[in-house]
Amino acid sequence: MILFSFDGTFDGLLTAVFDAYACKRFPDMLVREGEVLPMFYDELREVVTDEEKSGRVWRSLEKKMSREALSAIVASFLCEIPDYDIVLFRYLRKAVDSPVSIETDFSDPDVVEMTRMVRRVSGEALRVKQFVRFQKAVDGTYFGVIEPLYNVLSLAIPHFVDRFSSMKFLLYDKRRGFGYYHDGKDTLQVTLPEELSHIATGRLSPEMMDEEELLMQDMWRTYFKAIAIRERANPRKQRQDMPVRFWKYLTEKQSRQG
Amino acid sequence: MTEDTLRKLKILAESAKYDVSCSSSGTVRRGKKDEGVGNTVGGIGICHSFADDGRCISLLKVMLTNVCMYDCAYCINRRSNDIPRATLSVTELVGITMEFYRRNYIEGLFLSSGVVRNPDYTMERLVRVAQDLRTVHRFNGYIHLKSIPGASQELVNLAGRYADRMSVNIEIPNETSLKYLAPEKDFKSVYEPMGYIRRGVLENKEDRKRLRHVPRFVPAGQSTQMIVGASPEHDRDILRLSSALYSTPTMRRVYYSGYVPVNTYDPRLPALKQPPLVRENRLYQADWLMRFYHFTADEIADDSHPDLELEIDPKLSWALRHPEVFPVDVNKADYEMILRIPGVGVKSATLIVNARRFRRLNSEHLRKIGVVMKRAKYFITCGELGASCVADLSPEYVRNLITAPPRKALKEGNPLQMTLDFGE
Repeated sequence: MILFSFDGTFDGLLTAVFDAYACKRFPDMLVREGEVLPMFYDELREVVTDEEKSGRVWRSLEKKMSREALSAIVASFLCEIPDYDIVLFRYLRKAVDSPVSIETDFSDPDVVEMTRMVRRVSGEALRVKQFVRFQKAVDGTYFGVIEPLYNVLSLAIPHFVDRFSSMKFLLYDKRRGFGYYHDGKDTLQVTLPEELSHIATGRLSPEMMDEEELLMQDMWRTYFKAIAIRERANPRKQRQDMPVRFWKYLTEKQSRQG
Repeated sequence: MTEDTLRKLKILAESAKYDVSCSSSGTVRRGKKDEGVGNTVGGIGICHSFADDGRCISLLKVMLTNVCMYDCAYCINRRSNDIPRATLSVTELVGITMEFYRRNYIEGLFLSSGVVRNPDYTMERLVRVAQDLRTVHRFNGYIHLKSIPGASQELVNLAGRYADRMSVNIEIPNETSLKYLAPEKDFKSVYEPMGYIRRGVLENKEDRKRLRHVPRFVPAGQSTQMIVGASPEHDRDILRLSSALYSTPTMRRVYYSGYVPVNTYDPRLPALKQPPLVRENRLYQADWLMRFYHFTADEIADDSHPDLELEIDPKLSWALRHPEVFPVDVNKADYEMILRIPGVGVKSATLIVNARRFRRLNSEHLRKIGVVMKRAKYFITCGELGASCVADLSPEYVRNLITAPPRKALKEGNPLQMTLDFGE
């Protein structure tokens, strides 16, 4: 079994593709730096990320594949599932080898797997757009915390910037410990200390809140209850469409604060 | 805004909840830099929450007032009902919408109203809310406005400049039944505003061809709603009406609302224990068949089958009535024919026609693609031996195979199984 280790970045993966072709040896498994190696293997090759190499692989892909397929490749990588690296590697290898674009060859297991992963990642990005709840702080900044399954904040943030372009807002991914701050003009990536109470709980403390915030939360909770038709109660469907893992930060599923 | 606003919001949301439509789809509009707030995303829209009944909450669905001068038998807000009444001021409603939108609770506003004084008076107030949102607050999100039956063309035209989608509810799919249940209404009062909206959209399209900067008029088209189960119409009649509506150029969605027995005291209404949810679901499936699967209304329900089967979905039902067209060869058949195979959806049909250009597909490929082989295997051939087709077996037999409860369910309480329970 041949192993490649890489630094876990997308450029690293593309470099691995380049190196494999350069030495004509293709890995059966990819490991990210710091991961535990399997018990037995024949050969371990360390991939050093090199932007020139990754750029060459990317440009060759650009020649063959549609823009949708290229962005799908990048999006699927955001799932950050270790086992998926080798699938994407095989996909890229097939894409390089094939004279025509393989993006619609849905009888190939790797293409199917990759398509499925894209669907899962973009589904999660959609759920971020759905289930982020902002709270208004005293200084007029809107603050929201979320813990998506995959690293999809970068996919969702353009939507929020477009929608709330004149607002100040902070959207924070607590699971990965970073977020984006938009000051009404520019968007910055920020990392905040975990100890801050509003990062830890995802809720602003009453003294940090805008004076109307609690009333608005009450209104939303009231509305949420009032809009349901009791005769048609369907908790299963509710959980299906709004997974319980998001409920922690959903205003309508929280009890009143203070 | 005060506690009193909250009380009113509660009353008016409860009055609005029987309206089904809540989608924020059909129009893509980028956000504006520097001023205002909001954009619309198109596609299937964004649902921000799901209520306890499993229905999505995309728009703030609320009535401006639930005071109404009409006395429609099926409606919770009818004049003769003794329910709390409330009226929101334009400022209050605009304020709530903006605050909710900024907190990412909603995609926009779905505004409806009871009819006060006369249709034009009511419509004018609805329009004023939309106007305030768009011009004063520079709100760029989604607005769905109800057109009040009987409102004048001028007001509908004004409303269309601010709204993304407009709707007039048919409510009862047959004019005689409608007049019986809602004596103050007739089909004319419904179709007239629909015609205004349609004409507005078509004229606007022409104008925009000549002048690119003409503002759009109801860019997401119109929708309507029918109540199912409050009157004796067959599914056939409902589907024919929907299909006629879909053939008009601006109708995007017809919603079906299983009748929730709200006014149980009225003898004109059927006594139902609970809303006809399965029938409603089958109608939506039939609706999908018409919109995305190239079925016609008469193929789904005709005079020999006036009602949809509750036990199986309308597509499977059609397939079992037409065993002669199966098996379909997935490697050769047209896209339209592949769409008709039970167990194959739009997504997998697209994948199939794409994938088969690379190699012949077998059942394992189909399974990977996401075809529900449990159903599809009786209706396809892919060059393999073994699978038996619905034309060789019989439709009844295949129906039994597909609808048989899964084994697991049988295990519990199997009368043939001896229990090791000796009692105390």
